[in-house]
Amino acid sequence: MADQTSDDLKKTALHGLHVSLGGKMVPFAGYEMPVQFEGVKPEHLWTREHAGLFDVSHMGPCFLTLAEGVSEDEEAHKKIASLIEDLVPSAISTLKPGQARLTVLLNGQGGIMDDLIITRLPDARQNGRLYIVVNGAVKDQDWAVFEEKLAGRAVLERADEGHVLMALQGPEAVDVLKSEIPGCDDLGFMRCMQAEWQGTACTVSRCGYTGEDGFEIHIPAAAGEELAAKLIRDERVKPIGLGARDSLRLEAGLCLYGHDMDQSRNPVEADLQWVIQKSRRERADFPGADAILKALADGPAEKRVGIRPLERAPAREGTEIHVNGEKVGVITSGGFGPTVEGPVAMGYVRADLAKPGTQVELMVRGKPRAGEVAALPFVEQNYKR
Amino acid sequence: MTEQFTQQVTFYTEDHEWVTVHGDMATVGITKYAAEQLGDVVFVETPEVGKTVKKGDDLAVVESVKAASDVYAPMSGEVVDTNGELADAPEKVNEHPESEGWFCVIKFSDGAETEGLMDKDAYFEFCKGEA
Repeated sequence: MADQTSDDLKKTALHGLHVSLGGKMVPFAGYEMPVQFEGVKPEHLWTREHAGLFDVSHMGPCFLTLAEGVSEDEEAHKKIASLIEDLVPSAISTLKPGQARLTVLLNGQGGIMDDLIITRLPDARQNGRLYIVVNGAVKDQDWAVFEEKLAGRAVLERADEGHVLMALQGPEAVDVLKSEIPGCDDLGFMRCMQAEWQGTACTVSRCGYTGEDGFEIHIPAAAGEELAAKLIRDERVKPIGLGARDSLRLEAGLCLYGHDMDQSRNPVEADLQWVIQKSRRERADFPGADAILKALADGPAEKRVGIRPLERAPAREGTEIHVNGEKVGVITSGGFGPTVEGPVAMGYVRADLAKPGTQVELMVRGKPRAGEVAALPFVEQNYKR
Repeated sequence: MTEQFTQQVTFYTEDHEWVTVHGDMATVGITKYAAEQLGDVVFVETPEVGKTVKKGDDLAVVESVKAASDVYAPMSGEVVDTNGELADAPEKVNEHPESEGWFCVIKFSDGAETEGLMDKDAYFEFCKGEA
């Protein structure tokens, strides 16, 4: 990213709160965001033990609604689902009210343009309306695709500006949040409720990107600032920056768009074939279906895997992976895992080398360092099933 | 070459390294300020003993939970010793950056190279400007 002065950068509604809490602010995806508060390692460990509050307002929450509006009729859900299913390979029509699903936005070759979460709203009177959260760095691209491909049939309502999107993550998140949002403790993983907090309507989903139990809360800015400030005053909650967000998601084996996947990778290579449900494979009616179904049938040439450096040196993004002196892949995310207490990484290797335990050499600054292909995630996921 | 350091003197660089010279030996590490900025250090790649470096060359790499950072040679010479304890205890760089967390010792070839370096007071002022 080109040098940006802080004048060019957007600020989220929680910017003032971050600064008041001592956050070290850096440019990220066009926003000035906190990279850390007390430090990456203590913030990471705190989230795995207690609860961490993350500002993810730079991301792209939006609502997509049928042009003719919402309805109590189930058919309205089927109709909006069939529109979005032209762009993604997951089954959206079969979502139950309040159910969310991770999927990918595909280009015509089956390459991944983004990963996103699509939620069917829990209110049955709102059939025909989907809540969608896309990545911050590519939200303008994604929204342009929605508007162009669905023009005249669906209406996109951006819900980033004027709103707060925050994530409360960690084993104590549910106990903290249930006193503010009664009933959130009854939600299962990847389930969503519409709630009110002090008179303001908000959307609460049991999901996140740390591998821990937790919630994402989408709420208008003024109430969001108050809610975030109140959550932080709880002794079980600490503010968490982007640094620990990255180490947490890496230990949890979760992909970061633009690093672990991009338009040159299809979901099979990215080991995300599970987002393509059987019904969609049979119908073969998503973008790039030919290439993706071929990769499913024949196996991909390369595959995303976990990589465990066996020495202490972290293998960062861009590190070449070698076997017997030959380049067989590349690291796409790598760093130090505070919970694992060692370096962890993800990358792509030739598919015949993707088996956990395969010994590799990681070319860290030109020096070969021992490593091995490892099963993901590196830490057990603690989702509320 | 002519300059002799009969007493131990510590200098500082604009890249936040400290260098303590005594005789013709220079011990090098990163400052407390640098260690705090980096956060938790998880790995230090020290140079090979016997390596010859020129002032400004890459000397070592320090990896924190955040990123990898280069450490540059503050003086020209030959690396004659490295801190082997950092291999198993990189956290020493955070705990005692300006003593037990030293990186390596350079047998330097030109004592006059210290002339462009800062003393403790000048470095303190320099850090205030960085903040």
